[in-house]
Amino acid sequence: MTALIPHSWLNWLGIPPWVWSPLSVSLHAALEATIVVGALGTALGYLLAKGRFPGRSALETLFSMPMALPPTVVGWYLLTQLGGPGPIRDAEVRLFGHPLTFTFDGIVVAQIVESLPYCLRFSRAAISGVDSRFEQAARSMGLPQGKIALLVTLPLARRGIVAGVAMAFGRAMGDFGATMVVAGGVPMATTMPIALYNAVFYGTHEQATVLALVQLAVSLAILLGVGRLGKVRPW
Amino acid sequence: MDREHNITHKLGNKHKVALVVVVVLVGFGLGFGSAHLVSGYIAYWDVVSGPFFLSVRVASAATAIAGLTGIASGYALAKGRFPGRDLLETIGSLPVILPPTVVGFYLLEVLSPGTSTGGFLTRATGHVLVYNATGCTIAATVAAYPFCLRAARAAIEGVDPALERAARTMGLPDWRVALQVTLPLARRGIGAGLAIACARALGEYGATLMVGGDINGKTRTMSLAILDAFTTPERDTMLLVLVLIAVSAMASVGLLTRSRA
Amino acid sequence: MTAALELAVSRRIGEFDLDVAFKVESGISVLFGPSGAGKSLTLSLIAGLTRPDTGTIAINGNVVTDCARRTYVSTQKRRIGMVFQDGLLLPHRSVLDNVALAVRQAKGRRARRAIAQSWLEQVGAEAFAHRRPGSLSGGQRQRAALARGLAGDPALVLLDEPLSALDLEVRQELRKLIRGVITSSNVPAVLVTHDRDEAIELGDVIIGYRAGRVTGSELVERPAPTEPGPTSPGDTGPA
Repeated sequence: MTALIPHSWLNWLGIPPWVWSPLSVSLHAALEATIVVGALGTALGYLLAKGRFPGRSALETLFSMPMALPPTVVGWYLLTQLGGPGPIRDAEVRLFGHPLTFTFDGIVVAQIVESLPYCLRFSRAAISGVDSRFEQAARSMGLPQGKIALLVTLPLARRGIVAGVAMAFGRAMGDFGATMVVAGGVPMATTMPIALYNAVFYGTHEQATVLALVQLAVSLAILLGVGRLGKVRPW
Repeated sequence: MDREHNITHKLGNKHKVALVVVVVLVGFGLGFGSAHLVSGYIAYWDVVSGPFFLSVRVASAATAIAGLTGIASGYALAKGRFPGRDLLETIGSLPVILPPTVVGFYLLEVLSPGTSTGGFLTRATGHVLVYNATGCTIAATVAAYPFCLRAARAAIEGVDPALERAARTMGLPDWRVALQVTLPLARRGIGAGLAIACARALGEYGATLMVGGDINGKTRTMSLAILDAFTTPERDTMLLVLVLIAVSAMASVGLLTRSRA
Repeated sequence: MTAALELAVSRRIGEFDLDVAFKVESGISVLFGPSGAGKSLTLSLIAGLTRPDTGTIAINGNVVTDCARRTYVSTQKRRIGMVFQDGLLLPHRSVLDNVALAVRQAKGRRARRAIAQSWLEQVGAEAFAHRRPGSLSGGQRQRAALARGLAGDPALVLLDEPLSALDLEVRQELRKLIRGVITSSNVPAVLVTHDRDEAIELGDVIIGYRAGRVTGSELVERPAPTEPGPTSPGDTGPA
């Protein structure tokens, strides 16, 4: 897995490797994770908002669990399922050739698990919030349910959905506990939060300050962006 | 007729809670034998109890503080009309996205005796605020606060203002309107916020690691201890306890927000 | 000739109890009565957006709702068109695209747009066909909504208080338009209103509603077909 942003550019900008290495790992992983979470979160959000099937609330609780569970528990569970013996590990070996623990892809999986609940909440709230009369009008026009979802419901809910995707991206960028447990310590899989931890315990204060500042800037930017997208209250 | 409705409502939810707990435990149970689990629970309690009680102390203090400040600031944000209101909510929500290690780092900057602010605070309070249980509590509070804030604000904004106006016309002063009308009406949302704040405080890892230092016996909470015990037998016990607490937090959030259809 | 619409249904919601039966042969039938009488609920039942407790509904001789046999044809499959009080045009699409979305008898974007364009011309909305609903006035929006309701070649058109949200002047202008376009396109229509003048001006038949019941049905006599004027002699409007 090569880093998304060419090292040469960043070097040329005067950014030292101990910053751009974890930064590109974080960005790359978070982007991959967000693409998966965006699609999955929106689909699940639609299902939970519109569906009327038994066990719906249990399903919602299940997918929201990573928000309440300690990140080390989530990481622990991923570690044992992805790495330890079992059907998931076998599937991984068949697809990738090796288990995903302590690899870059393992980070992506951890981030997906941790940020899915956020996207799910936002998109569910946004989709529920769409005036049902628009959908009634669409039905009267003869549009089948699938087209109604794609052409009417989702576009009307797009602000909330985009906010959810942005939050998921932020959460993926900011994940520490689960990522640390699943992939911790491996140089190819060091994200920004992990790099900061390393800097505080084993590096210089200066390095830590810079790393912290960059992450603070990114988080603020994302939060302000989400705020701009309007008042969507998923809680 | 109302009482009838309440009882059936509760029964339904108890089934849901049981379902969720069962689903999760079955999931984890597949990872390691359940017999192993039970024997682990009984045999290793003395090793687990240290981190467990520390976690309980830290999490309850953090939930209490985060709860009070969260409700108070949630009320202020819901009712007040002051400039920079939304900016305040954004800043208060930062710990949701900000990596826990960054939160921990800045807490260290502010609280360590070595720094200017830290030195001042240490002298002012007479205690060192880092690398001990107090530090852990501060870290957990900061992590839990934004969740309580959001939930409280949403709940308070959802209260029908007509009821508050009615209370005012009865002559009740503002503070009594808040305590006797607004907050009780918002108690479901606030309760949910407290439950999720508790879950976050209990599970806090990154910031606690930085501010507390993961010192065995002093600042090793459950979420830290579980990693250290990865290769030892007591890990299953810890896992079970952590999962049970987190699941009940999630279930109580679910129960509390069951106000809509 | 089969009736365009035949219904006999009942539905209870809380304290409110609807129990109505009537037939629509052709032309515009107006459901007229005070607010809360059950007129909009009736439209909702005809459209299949709600189900009655008992009864049957048939559009053009095809049974679309039959409670006894548990037959419920979905809204999509009933060939109807609907015009809502606040238009309900999709804000993220142009007026032309909104109307084109309703065209189900043609395939392909160009064909659909062509049909939509011709309907927009009929309602006098071609000037703003490429604008978004958000930038239009209420009257312009309802013109577009009317076009959308008719563009799908419906067997029956349902209009739910289409002019109630508009200013008096605009309302009067659009009344003429509605009467003209629907009559010339020969689609039977059911229109709900609580405005007496509107009922008289638009209806060929006025069906009176009060508290969930039909109180009577009156034919409106009209002079020469080219003059959709106000009231005519021999008309005894309902209460």
